[in-house]
Amino acid sequence: MAGSGGGKGEGRFALLLLLPAAVVVFGVVLYPVVRTFVVSLYDITSPMPGSYPFVGLDNYVKVFQDSAFYTVLGHTMYFTLVSTFLELTLGIAVALLLNAPLKARWLWRSIVVLPWALPTIVNGALWRWIYNGQYGALNGLLDTVGISDTPVQWLGTPFLALNMVIVADVWKNTSIVVFFILAGLQTIPDDLYEAARIDGASAWRGFWRITMPLLAPAIAVVLILRTIEAFKVFDIIYVMTGGGPASGTQTVAFYTYLQAFSNQLFGYGAALAYLIVLAVFALAMAYLRLLRQGQMAGVE
Amino acid sequence: MIGIHVAAVVMALVVLAPFAWLLISSVSPSAELLSPHPHWWPENPTLERYKAIFRSAPGEADVAANFRQAMVNSFIVATLTTLVSLVVGALGGYAFARLKFRFRRTSLFTFLAIYMLPPIALVIPLYLALANLDLLDTKTGLVITYCSIVTPFCLWTMSNYYLSLPADLEEAARVDGCTRLGALVRVILPLARPGLLTTGMFGFLLAWDEFLYSLIFTSTTQSKTIPVAIAEFTGKYSSDFGLIAAGGVLATVPPLVLALLFQRYIVGGLTSGAVKG
Repeated sequence: MAGSGGGKGEGRFALLLLLPAAVVVFGVVLYPVVRTFVVSLYDITSPMPGSYPFVGLDNYVKVFQDSAFYTVLGHTMYFTLVSTFLELTLGIAVALLLNAPLKARWLWRSIVVLPWALPTIVNGALWRWIYNGQYGALNGLLDTVGISDTPVQWLGTPFLALNMVIVADVWKNTSIVVFFILAGLQTIPDDLYEAARIDGASAWRGFWRITMPLLAPAIAVVLILRTIEAFKVFDIIYVMTGGGPASGTQTVAFYTYLQAFSNQLFGYGAALAYLIVLAVFALAMAYLRLLRQGQMAGVE
Repeated sequence: MIGIHVAAVVMALVVLAPFAWLLISSVSPSAELLSPHPHWWPENPTLERYKAIFRSAPGEADVAANFRQAMVNSFIVATLTTLVSLVVGALGGYAFARLKFRFRRTSLFTFLAIYMLPPIALVIPLYLALANLDLLDTKTGLVITYCSIVTPFCLWTMSNYYLSLPADLEEAARVDGCTRLGALVRVILPLARPGLLTTGMFGFLLAWDEFLYSLIFTSTTQSKTIPVAIAEFTGKYSSDFGLIAAGGVLATVPPLVLALLFQRYIVGGLTSGAVKG
């Protein structure tokens, strides 16, 4: 058995332990990863098997000449920047609040967990209903409190719809950001604040001079993870707007889906998908580099 | 002191209001839901939709019965996915945490990179592969696919969890005559139970929430999962929100129960690993 033996057996034991995971993961993923790349080199325009012309990197060139691609890239960037910024700002604020000496802290923390547990599709369907122009709760609320009694079609115009989808996304995903930041906050020793207070620093200065710098690693991790997620955003768009109105909420992932499944441009869709993969990998590399730095810093 | 409690109440209202509206919509009769002025509190609350979801006779056309079937499918798929991924992830994660071997870092990063792959990049070839294997529109096909996402996650979090356990435990067990595998199974795994439970919870949530693969791979009530059933119904009958809300409430119960049960581990368990590496 590989299980026995000393230092030399370690490699074999590791292989034995990792083999099941490798089979489960690579058995599924390896073929599609290669296959998608191959497909992206052909001009495949139907789901039927057959011979399609090999076009090299033409599909990739086409992506960069496609004006619609730049439009959806713009939506993706906007979605990513705004949602990540809001989630981080609100997340830090709520985490600081939960870290403060609140009564019944467990209760507030339990409340903050809730949106995270709500399935993404249910969240999208719920907000679509809240935004409904005729019967929606948002218009109803604005009417009830007397702000406005003219119903707004929240998902009716492209740019407004994109922003409203962002609100729904932020409402749900700030939750997990709070928990990341809380974990970061708990690594900051209390005596640092004590020392700052003795030095006469105000709470505001303490926040910028002590809390923020020490939170930097946690913030960086959240930034990259949320950016990756925002780059892949698909589910909530699918259920809330279907990419509309007037393609105003189409993101790169959603556009890829449409090209492949509605327009059956499989080669082109595969090229788009690979570009998303490259973008995500670039972000993932940055993430791993940060983690490694964190590990170094962790050895105190 | 008063200030922070006021802030906490405001935060709680912002979080709870949409939940409350989901719950209220699920028990409000359609006439009240579709009135020009919202009924914030149902005048004639009804549990008809919940009854329909639990009791109506199965049939492709019956949406309530479809929701029930989809919940069952989601439950089976997520549970099996979690079990498989947790077992292989707990074994492999131990290798990453405690053993020295060549390409350790490279292989860990490869698993992580796969976890981050956008499903849209894999979905077409996977669809064709599953079609060849006669696994389209089956729960088995979904479980196989989901395991490839959830396993890297389990590997990563379990490996971080093992790192938080004292390193001399295995030494002691091996001095007592255990083999490496014996030490892992008899000493380490029992100690790692909190980590296993938390990782399992996150894995279950990942599988429960998955949408794109299920959307493309499933077509009938035989394997359709709850996110797909809800999304489809939302697209088709967007004004009948009452039934969507009832389905949504039920679809939220399992992840909600898990999240509340494991709440105190969320900070300590998962995120500390990700923040500290």
